[in-house]
This record gives sequence, structure tokens and C-alpha cells, in this order.
Amino acid sequence: MSMLGPNLVMYEEEFERINSILGRLWVDANAKIVFLVDKNGQQIAAKGDLEKVDTTSLASLTAGNVAATDGLARLIGEKEFSILFHEGERDNIHISIVAQRLILVVIFDERSSLGLVRLRVRKAAQELEEVLNDMANKAAQQGQAPVSPFAEITDEDIDNLFSE
Amino acid sequence: MSFINYASREINCKIVYYGPGLCGKTANLQYIYDKTSPQAKGQLISLATETDRTLFFDFLPLDLGTVRGFRTRFHLYTVPGQVFYEASRKLILKGVDGVVFVADSQRERMDANLELLENLKNNLREHGFDIMTIPYVLQFNKRDLPNIVSYDEMYRLLNIKGEPTFEAVAPQGMGVFETLKAVAKLVLQELSKK
Repeated sequence: MSMLGPNLVMYEEEFERINSILGRLWVDANAKIVFLVDKNGQQIAAKGDLEKVDTTSLASLTAGNVAATDGLARLIGEKEFSILFHEGERDNIHISIVAQRLILVVIFDERSSLGLVRLRVRKAAQELEEVLNDMANKAAQQGQAPVSPFAEITDEDIDNLFSE
Repeated sequence: MSFINYASREINCKIVYYGPGLCGKTANLQYIYDKTSPQAKGQLISLATETDRTLFFDFLPLDLGTVRGFRTRFHLYTVPGQVFYEASRKLILKGVDGVVFVADSQRERMDANLELLENLKNNLREHGFDIMTIPYVLQFNKRDLPNIVSYDEMYRLLNIKGEPTFEAVAPQGMGVFETLKAVAKLVLQELSKK
């Protein structure tokens, strides 16, 4: 079971904490890009040289990659492969699972190294887990989720989305 | 499993097009991609074999504008329809918010439709969803072909709970946006209940 329930709801405070963790990881690991996705492929936060890449596609393919690897793990009787590493000619991708539901991706080149990235990712992952725990505790204390911004959505609102 | 970000005021929803091999799931996405303005769409990603059969999934992010001050994004996915890709197909349903079942209207494909529909119910259940409650829309594709089953007969065979049902010719666009709009509407209505 996921610790946050089916729907992930994030507020300003946690968003800022997550952004600052990613920012620090980006600097400490000498990375080009650092980003966080949930296992369903939704991007949560990103930091770094983002103009040159399509982050939405990156998020979706990362989640697909992790899902396929999870499937492989179960086939051979493993719970999960918690770290994936793809090595390219120039750039490399380091992917790790945080708290079983988030995916932390670090893209780096020869200015960094796998050892450094692994070291820094471990620390960042712990900090991210703390944020997630706090989010879960907050959600548990508040009991009911906040009223959805869509609670009073009308047919007209939806039709407007499709009119161009 | 929509992701609501109150900090950046965004909501992302995942819609999966499901159905038997060659029924036109990718054709639906391709048409939506072709007809959507560049600002509203991302890249269409197709993980396909050399013969253009979907291997893992197609993915199309759509940005439909704002509802109640929230930027609303739909992530459209297709599954591989061929039977032996079952393991991959199941993975795509993870965290789904809405499903479109694309049925092939040709008479000889009715068994394949029924088989994949059964398969969809089971795979949804394994992810903790119930087809009776999840936002769900049915599409009868390939209405331009000669050897098709009548609308009424297909409805009796495939409609499960009175879900919105559309006739389509995906490559020409007939029924494509009607289907998308219907499932998007159900997904947003579902969110409004939470």
C-alpha cells in the first residue's frame, strides 16, 4: 500500500522543500538535470538545464522504464530493482526509487561520476522520504482530503476546455 | 490516480486507450496529435516495433487549458493490443484515471473484442480498480468498413454499464474527439466527487 493514499496532493510547503532538496542534489552531484516523477509518470519537480529536454516525455518514459523493470524483478522473485543506470557516450542517467512510489532521476556527464551521484542520491533520497512521511502524517491528521478544486465543476467548464 | 499540485496549480490525469490488436488505438492518438494546436500538445511518443505495432505504449500529453484556475493536463496512453504483450499491457494501467475501450467493428474481430474486454476487467481489478466505477467510455471503430456488426448488436455485446458509446473512423477523425471529450468529462466529474 502506498503511504499517501491513491491521490498525491502536494502543497506549497512540501513543494518548496522538495525543490530545495533537488537543488542541493543538482549542485552536490554536479548533475545536468535532476528530476522527480511519481511511478505513474507525472512529473513532480525538476531542476537544472531543462530547456533542451522534453521533461514530460522524460517523465513518462522513465515511469515506463521503471514499471517494466519492476515487472522483470517480480518475474525473478525480486521485490524491485531500486537503482537503474544507463550509460551513454556523453550523458548518463541514474534512476532510483524513493519510498517505493517516487522516482528520482539524475542526468550527468563526465563532469561528475557514478560514485559521486550514488553518494549524493542516497542522502537526497532520505530527505525526500522525510518530506513524504510528513505529507502522509499531515494527511492522516487532517483526515479528510481538502475539498477538491473541481468540486463545483460544470459541464460548461469542461466544454470550454475543448473549444478552440 | 490523478496528481494535483496545489503549489503549481496543475492537475494531471492519465487516460488509457485499451483494445485488441489493430483496432485503432494508436490511430486515435495520432489523429488527436495531428489536430491539436502545437501549444496544447507535447511529443507523441510511440514505442513500436519496426512494423509499427505498439510494443510498449504510445504517449501523448495534452494541455487543455485551465479549469477553476488549475492547468489541466491529460496524459493519453495506448496499450499494446496483441495478446502476447499481456505483461506490458497490465503495466500501463497503473494509476489510470479513465479508460477508453476501442472495439474493432469487423465481424471477425468480435471474439478479440470480448477477450480484451474481459482482460481489461481483470487487469483493472489487479490494480485495485473496478470497471463499474472507473470513468469509462466505449468506441466502435472502423465504421467505414464493409463487414461490420451493427451498432445495436455491438452495444449488446460490449456495453457494460451504459457507458457513453461512440462510432468512429479514427484515421479520418470521426468520433475521435467526441470519445476523448466524453472520457475527460467523466474523469473531471470523478475528481469533483473527491
